Parts: sequence; C-alpha cells; structure tokens
Amino acid sequence: MVELIPIATAAAPTDPSWNPLDDLALLFHYEFMVHAFEAGTVVAIVAGAIGYFVVLRGSAFAAHALSHIGFAGATGAVVLALSPIVGLLAFTLGAGVAIGALGNRLRGRDVTIGIVLSWALGLGVLFISLYRGYSTEAYALLFGQILGITSSDVVATMAAGLITMVALVAVYRPLLFSSVDEDVAGAKGVPVTVLSIAFMAILAVAVSEAVQVVGVLLIFALIVTPAAIAVRFSSRPPVAIAIGILLALAFTWFGLAIAFFSPHPVSFFITTLAFATYLLVRLAEALRSRQRVRV
Amino acid sequence: MSVNDPANAIVARGLAAGYGSHAIWSDANFSIPGGSFTAVLGPNGAGKSTLIRLILGLLHPIAGTLDVLGEAPRRGNPRIGYVPQGSAFDPELSIRGRDFVGLGVDGHRWGVRLSGRAQIAAATDAAIRAVSAEAYANRQLGRLSGGEQQRLLLAQALVGQPSLLLMDEPLSHLDVRNQGAIVQLISEVARKRNLTVMLIAHDVNPLLSHIDHVLYIAQGKLAMGKPADIITSESLSEIYSSPVEVLRDRLGRLFVVGLEEEVSHPHG
Repeated sequence: MVELIPIATAAAPTDPSWNPLDDLALLFHYEFMVHAFEAGTVVAIVAGAIGYFVVLRGSAFAAHALSHIGFAGATGAVVLALSPIVGLLAFTLGAGVAIGALGNRLRGRDVTIGIVLSWALGLGVLFISLYRGYSTEAYALLFGQILGITSSDVVATMAAGLITMVALVAVYRPLLFSSVDEDVAGAKGVPVTVLSIAFMAILAVAVSEAVQVVGVLLIFALIVTPAAIAVRFSSRPPVAIAIGILLALAFTWFGLAIAFFSPHPVSFFITTLAFATYLLVRLAEALRSRQRVRV
Repeated sequence: MSVNDPANAIVARGLAAGYGSHAIWSDANFSIPGGSFTAVLGPNGAGKSTLIRLILGLLHPIAGTLDVLGEAPRRGNPRIGYVPQGSAFDPELSIRGRDFVGLGVDGHRWGVRLSGRAQIAAATDAAIRAVSAEAYANRQLGRLSGGEQQRLLLAQALVGQPSLLLMDEPLSHLDVRNQGAIVQLISEVARKRNLTVMLIAHDVNPLLSHIDHVLYIAQGKLAMGKPADIITSESLSEIYSSPVEVLRDRLGRLFVVGLEEEVSHPHG
C-alpha cells in the first residue's frame, strides 16, 4: 500500500520563514506533502461526518474497538504478503457487521468489547513478530503514516471516501431517526437492525481510512473528538455535522503544517490540536456556567 | 356496537400472543370503538406492551385475528402514532426536540431531506403547538424535563395526523402534577382530532375521569369494559377466578390487590 519513508526523513525540519505565502509554497513544494494534504482532507471530511453519528449513538468505544481489530487484520495481511489495507478492511468490516448485528444487545458491554479488542491487539503482536522488518510497518499502523502516502493511495482513499459519504447520505434520515429513538423508528417501519449493520460497515471503512492518517491507536482524535466538540456547539444535526467536518479538517491541516516545520510526528500534532480544542471548549463552558450561577 | 362494525378501530378475535410457542395471554376477544380512550391495565409482565407490539405489527399473533383500522397489522402504518415505553433520553443526546418531531414526518425515508421542507416545518410547528411545547422545542432534547420530553414524544406521534395513538406507560416517569397535565392534554387532543387512544398505565387513577374503557390484562386473560364495571372486586374476582380486592381510599383513588402475583416476564 504505502512506500514507507522513514518519518523522520520525510518530515525533515525546515525553518518557517513566517511569511504565510512563502511557507505555503514550501509546504506544497514536496509531492509527499501534497499527497498528505489530499488524503488528509478526504479522511477528515469522512471522519467528521460519521463522528456525529458515533457520538449520537454512543458507539465511540465500538469505533475504538474496530480500529484495534483492524490492526490484527492489517498485520495478518502483511504476514500473508498482502496489502495491509486489505486485512484492515476485511477485519474492520467483519467486526463492524458483527457489532451492528448484535445492536442494542451490545450496549453497555464495554467489558466484552474490551476483551475482544485486547485479544485482537495480541494477535497483531504475533503477526508482527512473524514478519521480518516489522517495526516500521507496525509503527505506521499504530500511529499513522500519512507522510508516506503515494498517489495511488490518494486515489484509493478518495474512492473509499466517496463511497462512505454516498452511503452516509443514503441512510441519513432513517439512521438519524433510529439513533435518536430506535423503538419509534422501528414502529415507523425503519429497518433498525439493517441500519445498525450498515452504519457499522460504513464506520469500518471510515476507520480503515483514518488509520492511514493517525493510526490505530489515535483514531479517537479524528472520528470522535471533532464530533464531540461539535455537538457542544449545536444540537441541529446538519450544523453539528458541518462543525465536526470543519474541526477535523482544521486539526489535520494544521497538524500537517506544523509537523512539516518540526522534527515531531504529524499524529502528535493532530491529536494535540484535537485535545487542546476539546479542553478549551469544556473550560469555556465551565467558566460560562459559573458566571451564570453568580448572576 | 357489533364486533364487525367498521367504526371499530381495533378488533381482536380469539387472539393469542406470545414468544415462540409460549403464550403470554390467549383467547382475547374485544373491539375498541373509533374515537374512544382505552386504558390498558394489569400487573407487570402480564403482556400489555406485547398487545401494543401486535397492533404495531412488530410481533405476529400466535393464534386468532387482529384487525387494526380496517386492515391487518403492518409495520410502519402511517395512521398509527406511537409513544414507546422508556426512560428519559440520554442528557447528552444532541438533537433538538423540533428535529425529533420532524423525523416523525419523513424519518423513515431514505436519503436526506431535499424537498418539502416548508410542509414538514409547518406540520412540525402544528404538532409542537398542539402539545404546547413551543417554549422548549428548540432546546436539546436530552436536557429537557421528563414532562417536556413526554410532550415532544406526543408531538412526534401526532405529527403524521394518525387516527390511532398507542402510548406505552407515558405517565410512569412523571410526578403527579405532570401526570394530570399530560392526561388532560392527550384527552383534549384526542377529542379534537377524533383520535382513538390506547394507553398503557400502571395506575388508573390519573386516567379515571378521561377514559371510556379499561382493558385489563392479567393471568393470561384479557377483559374489557367500562371502568366502573371492570374495576370492582366482584368483576375482577370473577374474571380471574381468584379473590381480587378493589380498595378505594379517602380521596377516591382505586387500588387493585390480588393480581400482582404474576410470573414475571422479561418482555413486559
């Protein structure tokens, strides 16, 4: 899938000129940066959009679990000399459909999901040890490898992104309905179990895409954090989705730009921007409500 | 009124309900006249929600026939409004009450809302007005009080202009004052729109001055009649062939004693 350019070389520290136009020109001077921005943009749009439903349905932990199970698939594929994305997709889709089919029966089963995902990580460790030269591959899967993305990866990411967005638009209304009240939606003729499976399948593809940018371990930063911030700003679904997409884009773009001028990895900056924004929003809310109490 | 009268909203003949081969109740024969208000009463696990699931077409009868608004029960019948049993919405649920009510109009359709926004907004506004929820319909659903959420659930059920309203314990999470207000509201809306209402309740007292019929479900049997005829020690004892006592306190409230000892059933 990816030509693994050692991350330290790819993001060789360059000093910014602090002239925005010159710095932007410098950013896009390198092909790997252009690819990173292209793939990152697609992934951010998809992650920001599906994140709203992940937060609304309370399935953040399921998203986390999917990425870990995907790790076992990706490493397994490498052992079999297949592209890791094939294993990643196969395992996240399989696990997603299973979680979706179990539906409400899995709600609150954090312990069960946790046991399965820790075993999946264990399997991943085994597969890595079976594969020689494992450390770069494993590192990329766990923490992201966006600076190593090739132009064919960009095309594949765009195709997958388009499929997930079209699927999400197709199920939008009934998915929203069954996410808010499954009983009412079911009585109105909404096929709630089919939707639950379809949603987890779409999420599986989105997770597989996002793994390229932030890796298995940091998936929350792109799929959950932007949406979790967005719903604090608006409880109108289309507005919350738009804010989530904008935040995911901002974290990705700024994360990439900062990483380009620093010796540190992109994933660190993306997750830090996401976390800092979340922290600021919660702090501002706490301050505001304290003021309200005083008045 | 004969059982075959087209004015009947719901007609059951020899109806039995259950899961698999296990019957929860059987041999139910009753007819609910259109435009009437019926309270469904009985101990926990007697199969009250099961009856609603049959009418909604979410569960098939294991015997007998059921006729709902002149046809066989079918899932997604737009002429039925439904308020499910359940606790309050998750406080973090980030959607406005108005958006939820609007989903009652077109939430079952695929895709995104492209056309008909004006009509949907008008229908949503009318339903919100009908339950007097204008003041908080734009606030986050999960942050509203139990009574406010119940009104928006009712608005969601009314928004499609149904002719039958099914409500599963809409009063159980409300305080006494809110219970009275919601029952009054349901009764007024129903009279105005000639709605047939079937409402599951734990306690008949807040409903007594509004209902036309009581459908009692206990010990595998259903019995229907006027509240004054059914909720008496004599008739309940006779129907269930066991000593049942109906007590009346100083405020005129009724308490049924003797039907509670029921094998509990997970499906309620």
